[in-house]
Amino acid sequence: MQWETVIGLEIHAQLATDSKIFSSSSTQFGSAPNTQANAVDLGMPGVLPVLNREAVNMAVKFALATNARIGKRNVFARKNYFYPDLPKGYQISQMALPIVGEGEVEIELEDDVKKTVGITRAHLEEDAGKSVHDLFHGQTGVDLNRAGTPLLEIVSEPDMRSAKEAVAYARKIHSLVRYIEICDGNMQEGSFRCDANVSVRVSGSEKLGTRAEIKNLNSFRFLERAINFEVERQIDIIEGGGEVVQETRLYDADRDETRSMRSKEEANDYRYFPDPDLLPVEIEDSLIEALRGQLPELPDQRCARFISEHKLPAYDAGVLTADKATADYFEAVLKQSGAPAKIVSSWVTGELFSRLNKDGLELTASPVDEHRFSGLLARIHDNTISGKIGKDILDKMWASEDEADHIIDKEGLRQISDSSELEKMIDDVIAANPSQLAEYRGGKEKLLSYFVGQVMKASRGKANPGQLNQLLKDKLKG
Amino acid sequence: MAVDEDTVRAMAHLARVQIDPDRVAGYATEMSNVLALAEQMEEVDTSDVEPMAHPTHAVQRLRDDVVLEGNEREQFQEIAPETNDGYYLVPQVIE
Repeated sequence: MQWETVIGLEIHAQLATDSKIFSSSSTQFGSAPNTQANAVDLGMPGVLPVLNREAVNMAVKFALATNARIGKRNVFARKNYFYPDLPKGYQISQMALPIVGEGEVEIELEDDVKKTVGITRAHLEEDAGKSVHDLFHGQTGVDLNRAGTPLLEIVSEPDMRSAKEAVAYARKIHSLVRYIEICDGNMQEGSFRCDANVSVRVSGSEKLGTRAEIKNLNSFRFLERAINFEVERQIDIIEGGGEVVQETRLYDADRDETRSMRSKEEANDYRYFPDPDLLPVEIEDSLIEALRGQLPELPDQRCARFISEHKLPAYDAGVLTADKATADYFEAVLKQSGAPAKIVSSWVTGELFSRLNKDGLELTASPVDEHRFSGLLARIHDNTISGKIGKDILDKMWASEDEADHIIDKEGLRQISDSSELEKMIDDVIAANPSQLAEYRGGKEKLLSYFVGQVMKASRGKANPGQLNQLLKDKLKG
Repeated sequence: MAVDEDTVRAMAHLARVQIDPDRVAGYATEMSNVLALAEQMEEVDTSDVEPMAHPTHAVQRLRDDVVLEGNEREQFQEIAPETNDGYYLVPQVIE
């Protein structure tokens, strides 16, 4: 039997505000427990929530970036449930009238295939606190620093048909929220969290199967693996004559499996109702236009421009524009170095990225900034050094504050383009290899590369390759 | 709409309210009566009335995104039943 996978994602993006959504406590990550939880966050009697303007602005920016309908009149509601890290006994969220309505994003699949994924809605809500179960014997510790941190919950349509598509969509949203600077996207710190709703059905069937919701997916790799595991599990159940149970499952990365979170699933009954402490929020058209004016060039537009303006292949343009910092770095180097786009692209995505990966660094923390990197590429572009020497210089720049020019001068790495100097080296090499010379002249032209290698070695890699080839061919002819 | 005894027990559970089993039937009747009172409104045609989220016609005022609160943990934890190492302690929550 052929099975079709159906996936929808719920993404919680923590909004990058300084203060909380309904109180003026700090949202800084990593502070000592409960040092950023005030009376509002603690749900003390008599307090009232006051909405953060910036959280509203950020949600509107997201709507604009996804061509979504803006809830010009949106309403906060209480979602009621009991848990120790939710002191009020309800989470302030949005239900019937969210701030962001239907929108869409385009994802790129293999072989340049594009697909549109629908966004059902996105709403503002407050985060809960954090429960710590393993620090105190027989007790649970509660840290409310995170309580009240603004979240934008982005709900997709069940439009994805494979784990790969789900990852492509999640990466797209991740890229977007970072571009428009509403979320730092840090998955380790929980600033960007994914829950996946997964179900399977017989291919061609219109009816959706029973879904399981998988939580705790804090990396794109885990998202992909968890969905693949879950799909196999559900198919096994159905093919074995069983039925999939609608439930919440937790992904365990160590065992690479999903597990039921509760043995007895209680029917969720959150008894939503409009929060009487908060008035409806109205979004004026003038605000929408002002925020539209603040949006940067978005990844799709920038990618298209990199292809048309910089003449880059679609793949390169996609890699360079997935992240705003990378695209900015690339364009700065392109401008400052004067080197062609294709060369800058291959040096940024190749040499620079491999060194960053090796050291586990983000581009923003790169030891070599765009200015010094430009200095290096400028010298490669004007033939002062070869690409091979350039890589050695980059290693030295990585470990120091030196400019490329300084290293080139200090170590005498300037490419030898003086033809008399090169000619002398070539003469010496030819004189030292009489038998190879005879073979070459006898028709074994493959030996040219042997001579190139010998001269390169004699010049310690500094011979200008183009010039060397030409001169060598002339001399070998005799 | 009538409220049956199971619904009364379910609501009590969701609200974490302990109720006397002998009084469940009485609660069901009382709640049904309240709902019946409200149901009278269904006779009014509201098809062209916007749902109301708040009785006043005002809109939400917004706050600037500025941190104004400092660390007052010590003061808040004075009234907590149990704390340790900065955490509020509660009975073990088993997932």
